[in-house]
Amino acid sequence: MTDDTQPVKIKVRSLSKVFGSNPKKGLELRDQGLKRPEIFEKTGLTLGLSDINFDVHEGELLVIMGLSGSGKSTLIRCLNRLIEPTEGEIVIDDEDIPKLNDKELLECRRRHFSMVFQNFALFPHRTVQQNAEYGLEIRGVDKAERSEKARNSLKQVGLDGWENAYPNQLSGGMQQRVGLARALANDSSVLLMDEAFSALDPLIRKDMQQELLELQHRMKKTTVFITHDLDEALNIGDRIILLKDGEIVQIGTPEQILTQPADEYVERFIEGVDMSRILTARNAMRPVRATAREDDGPRTALRKMSENGLDSIYVTSRDRKLLGLVEADAADQASKEGKQDLTSVWHQDFACVGPDEPLHNLFAMFSDKGFPIAVVDEERRLLGVVVKGAVLAELAESGEN
Amino acid sequence: MEFPRIPLGQWIEGGLGYLTSEYSLITRGISRVTQTGISGLNDGLMWLPEWALMAIIALISWKLAGTRLAIGSAIGLAFIWNLGLWDPMIESLTLVVIATLVAVTIAIPVGIAAALSERLYRMLMPVLDFMQTMPAFVYLIPAIPFFGIGSVSAIFATVIFSMPPAIRFTTLGIRQVPIELIEAADAFGSTRRQKLLKVQLPLSLPTVMAGINQTIMLALSMVVIAAMIGADGLGNEVWRAIQRLRPGDGFEAGIAVVILAMILDRLTQALRKQRN
Ligand SMILES: Nc1ncnc2c1ncn2[C@@H]1O[C@H](COP(=O)(O)OP(=O)(O)OP(=O)(O)O)[C@@H](O)[C@H]1O
Ligand SMILES: [Mg+2]
Repeated sequence: MTDDTQPVKIKVRSLSKVFGSNPKKGLELRDQGLKRPEIFEKTGLTLGLSDINFDVHEGELLVIMGLSGSGKSTLIRCLNRLIEPTEGEIVIDDEDIPKLNDKELLECRRRHFSMVFQNFALFPHRTVQQNAEYGLEIRGVDKAERSEKARNSLKQVGLDGWENAYPNQLSGGMQQRVGLARALANDSSVLLMDEAFSALDPLIRKDMQQELLELQHRMKKTTVFITHDLDEALNIGDRIILLKDGEIVQIGTPEQILTQPADEYVERFIEGVDMSRILTARNAMRPVRATAREDDGPRTALRKMSENGLDSIYVTSRDRKLLGLVEADAADQASKEGKQDLTSVWHQDFACVGPDEPLHNLFAMFSDKGFPIAVVDEERRLLGVVVKGAVLAELAESGEN
Repeated sequence: MEFPRIPLGQWIEGGLGYLTSEYSLITRGISRVTQTGISGLNDGLMWLPEWALMAIIALISWKLAGTRLAIGSAIGLAFIWNLGLWDPMIESLTLVVIATLVAVTIAIPVGIAAALSERLYRMLMPVLDFMQTMPAFVYLIPAIPFFGIGSVSAIFATVIFSMPPAIRFTTLGIRQVPIELIEAADAFGSTRRQKLLKVQLPLSLPTVMAGINQTIMLALSMVVIAAMIGADGLGNEVWRAIQRLRPGDGFEAGIAVVILAMILDRLTQALRKQRN
């Protein structure tokens, strides 16, 4: 959902943060063109963020990425004022957050923000259930309702049955699920995640990314996600903001970041990753989970889709030659009309490449509907499919090696 | 030319004299209330038959810490009773309980305030050092003009001497709550009060309990000194033994203090572990 068409949820304008006792002085020097290290040398002030401008759209997953010390945590904490911004606007639903008084701020945090932390920050003296209830409890939601909501969100993250455990009885991955459930139960409009998966080991981390994507797909929750890990950013981000020394160097979709790096900093960041010219469709290709056969009826095709969790399915002939693509809606329609075969249902409105197609060419081919790209040999036999996430993951992974 | 001696002592006496005359109404009020508390608790504990109190304490020990402490405290108390020191033991226990209650009631709010305000913290710490390092005897001196000879003065001195650890540990406990948890509480929009009651205090409870434990031990260490201004109890037995040169009696009373100290110590520690 890289939707610039979606309404803006949070608007950030000329946001700056200077750490130290005379922050205005830091801004003056910044306006004279000094950079973070010089300002620090002269005054001992740290220019944490400088002139940050961006929008967060309704329902998008925005990733903020940068090296350690680039200001990621500062930025996310300015949004809900865990850190006081030195200057700038942060507008959410017509409220300018830096201008709120204490009481309004409290209300704004309760309504708009829930946060997931790198080291989980679960309350050790509270059970899993009580942790998940925390946000609702302090808002004065009555017991029955908050218990119900907390239970639901625990279910969302796959923790039903663990309500009465204490955090220290859970593994890291499970603890962070509690952290996520605590944030979700609150039903705030924006989810803030500060390196939420960085403390988890790599396998669990991949799982959690996948789950977050699915949750996000289901709930369309506006999310600001911080990471220093390019792989993670590419995998989950609708858009990515790259920070360096407290300034934004690039805002763009994962594809844009990879294919049109704004400057050498971004280039260096994605250096190893920019293998798209060497990698081909073969590298990112996954086996096809299920195909329909030309003599299958609409019902069979539907069943194959639902068994494999697909929205669409490729149809092949007996010798595995690719004939077309059937969408679930169309198959459903056909079956209702009592049609017995798929011939009139499949279409050719999808991308199809050979296994040696360079990966960077694939970016442009993904359709709006998100059909996977079919990979076929010279005989048009279906070898596999490429999904969008896999391209990025493949690029990122090979960048690391 | 010789530099004149600073009349520090005179100033203090002047100050104390002023306080006693100006605030005698208040001090007399405090005195009366405390005296009632002491008598009430003391009479209550005395009214119970020895075996009943032993059974109650053993039962509490068993609940909190298990069979070993239950048996230990029963034997210990029986031993004190056997030595004929039951009544003085009850008097000392009363003194310690009341002094601890007063000390903790003052210490916890002060400790919380000091944890939340950096300025108060910086002002308070030297005061606490002063309170703890000043020889405990010295507190008896102003206590007497305020409250007269007897248990109330003893409790006053005991409270001042034994309060600092409870304040310190409360402050420490709240300050060492991890910053991430504070951030989490803030991020969800907790008020200061909610943050204190739902996060900071529960998490600092084990540390606060450690402070209370120390306060009890310090209060108990005051019993002999308290006896010097007319408080009854085991301290008085020790004091009398010294005056009459009867080391046997003195040691017996001393051992009774140790037994009482051990029971109270283990009990409060068990309470603390249970909270964890
Ligand atoms: N309270 C503070 N006082 C002074 N300087 C600070 C403070 N907090 C952060 N900084 C400085 O601001 C800069 C940005 O810090 P920030 O924590 O936002 O970085 P980050 O991108 O989150 O890094 P990391 O990946 O290590 O978490 C750093 O140079 C840091 O030293
Ligand atoms: Mg950080």
